[in-house]
Amino acid sequence: MGKSSLSKNVGTFRERGMKINFQAYRKNFDLYLLMLPVVLYFIIFKYWPMYGIQIAFKDYIATKGIWGSNWVGLKHFLRFFRSYHFGLVIKNTLGISIYQLVAGFPIPIILALMMNELQFPRFKKLIQTVTYAPHFLSTVVLVGMLTTMLSPRSGIVNGILKVLGMEPVYFMGEPGWFKTIYVFSDIWQNAGWNSVIYMATLAGIDQQLYEAAIVDGATKFQRIRHITLPGILPTAITLLILNTGKIMNVGFEKVYLMQNGLNLMSSEVISTYVYKAGLVGAEYSFSTAVDLFNSVINCLLLITVNRISRKTTDTSLW
Amino acid sequence: MYKSMRSRSDVCFDIINITLLSIVLIVVLYPLIFVVSASFSNPLAVLEGKVVLLPVDFSLRAYEAVLKNNDILTGYKNTIIYTVVGTAVNLIMTIFGAYPLSRKDFIGRQQLTVFFMITMFFSGGLIPSYLVNTKLGLNNNFWVMIIPGAISVWNMFIMKSYFQSSIPDELEEAAFIDGASNICILIKIVLPLSTPIIAVLTMYYGVGHWNSYFTALIYFRDRAKYPLQLILREILVIHDMGEMTEGEVTASQELVAEGIKYAVIVVASLPVLLMYPFLQRYFVKGVMLGAIKG
Repeated sequence: MGKSSLSKNVGTFRERGMKINFQAYRKNFDLYLLMLPVVLYFIIFKYWPMYGIQIAFKDYIATKGIWGSNWVGLKHFLRFFRSYHFGLVIKNTLGISIYQLVAGFPIPIILALMMNELQFPRFKKLIQTVTYAPHFLSTVVLVGMLTTMLSPRSGIVNGILKVLGMEPVYFMGEPGWFKTIYVFSDIWQNAGWNSVIYMATLAGIDQQLYEAAIVDGATKFQRIRHITLPGILPTAITLLILNTGKIMNVGFEKVYLMQNGLNLMSSEVISTYVYKAGLVGAEYSFSTAVDLFNSVINCLLLITVNRISRKTTDTSLW
Repeated sequence: MYKSMRSRSDVCFDIINITLLSIVLIVVLYPLIFVVSASFSNPLAVLEGKVVLLPVDFSLRAYEAVLKNNDILTGYKNTIIYTVVGTAVNLIMTIFGAYPLSRKDFIGRQQLTVFFMITMFFSGGLIPSYLVNTKLGLNNNFWVMIIPGAISVWNMFIMKSYFQSSIPDELEEAAFIDGASNICILIKIVLPLSTPIIAVLTMYYGVGHWNSYFTALIYFRDRAKYPLQLILREILVIHDMGEMTEGEVTASQELVAEGIKYAVIVVASLPVLLMYPFLQRYFVKGVMLGAIKG
């Protein structure tokens, strides 16, 4: 990518190497040595588990091993589809994802646009430093902050509610609050960080366009609408594809920490269900079936969204 | 120079913009300030909701309690080891994978790229990976924190495209003509020119290790091996879940537990937040590199 015309004419040793194959093999013997541990890692830790997926179609028994266990066809999938949890976890997973996408996706864009229009470099720097910082807090710390600050007995939020004469709310235990807390704490933590990529894209827009627009008397709003927005659109679409492809994929770490017996109705998602069924309940085959179902849906979603985007906007991941 | 040309609507825009951003600033900053202030306050004042912005009744009791807590100290020590060893292994493996892939004369690079890329979209999933790791004897083993996550495909591709776009071929070629071996070129020429990407990936990997708890949750039964985040989870999250449902904690117990929480948050986040200003200048570069796909 981006090779100068000079190196194209001269022909670098990388390109010439393509023509003399076996010499390249010998010459690059040490490169293969470097690559060896990496390839071994992928075979052992990425491809070997894929072989294990077959237990989704078997009744896995540890003493019989993966290969030796008996085939049972789609038994575990059917059990999942018919179970009471199926509707619940799908509904919660999709509910959280869509909520997050709708509320969380535009905010980094707006934030970047606003920061980009700031005239004072120091204030801009301050805002950037502060809004990026929460990204580096761990999930445990974030959820810890939520539980303490939202605590009905000693939390500051309920303290304020009490002062205002309202009843304290047990936010973390109320199923109705779960998704909102999940989504908005994520926005608090990551909106700044997610705006970095838009800031970088904005920095790449040709400044002459703005100067010309100013000479033509365009107002700030007009400049944003006609220069800035089209400039960041491809980046926004690429990220939208990626996010839509992940819509059936709500990460385990934060949901699991926020979960408790009271909010389970709206907090049980596929990843936590897989963990509980598989590792806590030791139903290896069933859990693998649920996981596989989710993986396949994710793959299909990504491919579909990518295809639609390629047709309609000419932007695609591959 | 444009000042004279600024219309009234532009001035209006700026005022609204600055106001809104100031609100954003306060919303993001306030919880952070509150945590720090609460950690330096008298635990009783925190519990009674007297701490609003600044520390009330300044006290270091919470920090004393944190430093006396053996679980936290052991967790801290473990996390430092996991982070240092883990990040070192990550960087070495990432370089090992990225450098050959960046070379056009490395035969098989397309095939290997596909081989690696597949794992980004499809994986064995939780249980099959668990079975493999258990079979390899990694269950409840120190190395489970290091080896199964030894490399991230995404980061490897980022590094590969950095090598390709930022290091001139001519430099490597000249060294090659002088009789340098590939590994010699990598160590003496490529890596010294790659500090920005190494810094960015060190940050990504390092923060990842420092903050992760899932692997430890699944594989460790031995409390002595727990990383800080699992200890934090017990102190910050699990303790609180009993609230309202069981609610039979005595006042003094609650006081200790509540008082220590904010100090624990500060102590646990400090190393990452201290590194943050030094790394900030690499952010944009790092994110941009991630955006240019391999």
